[in-house]
Amino acid sequence: MIKTVLQLFWEFFKIGLFAVGGGPATLPYLMELTKTHDWYTMEELTDMIAVSESTPGPLGLNMATYAGFKTVGLFGGVVSTLGLALPSIIIIVLIAKFLENFSENFYVKGAFKGIRPTIAAIIAASVYQVCRVSLFAVTETALIPQIGPIILCIIIFILLQFKKFSKIHPALWFLGAMIVGVVFKL
Amino acid sequence: MLPMLKYELVEKRNWISEEELLDCYAIGQCTPGIIAVNTATYVGYKKRGVIGGIVSTFGMITPSLVIITAVAVFLRAFMDNVWIKHAFMGIRGAVCALMLNTVYTLAKKSLKSIFAYIMCAAAFIVAMFLPVPTVVIVLAAAVVGIVSEMIVRRKRT
Repeated sequence: MIKTVLQLFWEFFKIGLFAVGGGPATLPYLMELTKTHDWYTMEELTDMIAVSESTPGPLGLNMATYAGFKTVGLFGGVVSTLGLALPSIIIIVLIAKFLENFSENFYVKGAFKGIRPTIAAIIAASVYQVCRVSLFAVTETALIPQIGPIILCIIIFILLQFKKFSKIHPALWFLGAMIVGVVFKL
Repeated sequence: MLPMLKYELVEKRNWISEEELLDCYAIGQCTPGIIAVNTATYVGYKKRGVIGGIVSTFGMITPSLVIITAVAVFLRAFMDNVWIKHAFMGIRGAVCALMLNTVYTLAKKSLKSIFAYIMCAAAFIVAMFLPVPTVVIVLAAAVVGIVSEMIVRRKRT
């Protein structure tokens, strides 16, 4: 167990060090963990996103706590979350101490000019994977579309494009989706 | 999150000025890691040094730890219930919609030049079809960005 705890800390430390762009940017890294470790599956990752998005607190921290908890229980949750936050503490303290006008620095600006447009692309590739396992039943030979969730997904996505609906808290969407799921036995 | 930070830190406590808050939010966004944690560390450090930074960050992560653990315990107990299963099938549809929307809004915000479109397309192709770790893509994008800024600067002089 100690080995798993150390691995959790190390993996989430790396995520904290390289996930640029806040919470959603942790998604590609969390997905890579489904391939390199058997801590949780892609389907469980989808449920983790739902839980993390519908509870208060930053998405990334919530995901770390949940992933750690699923793996080793309470202690795992604490360790993963600390691992995720530690790089931030180190980097920000160094910046605050040594670098004036960090965000105006030539190299920082250049690096972010390159990174910013790729964040959407990297997250898009992960979202594709999430949708694949959430909206389809993946068997060895075929993808079977799950009509109910697909229709629900399309309706909610269209509604989100309207200003009136875009401000609704994710938790309310999930609550609505739960009711739809139970009523229509998806 | 910004409005809440402004109310608590600037108006109520008077710990930092609004300008400092915006600076620190900008730094939080262009450093790796969770933006909320970065901002918390920065504000804490400005007020009380390293200890302040660590304490603020602990404050920021504690609610997540408590709430998520409680939810996870609850879900573990009821996950096999048939109604919970139906509910989660519905939730999956909603998760996909919200994630697709996140990507769509992010793309709209960040794709404002031909350079950005090319970077985005290249990163998408690599992330989708090649077994390259995400870290490598991010680092490569940073290098390309710096080189392109250098070329722009050289052309000006």
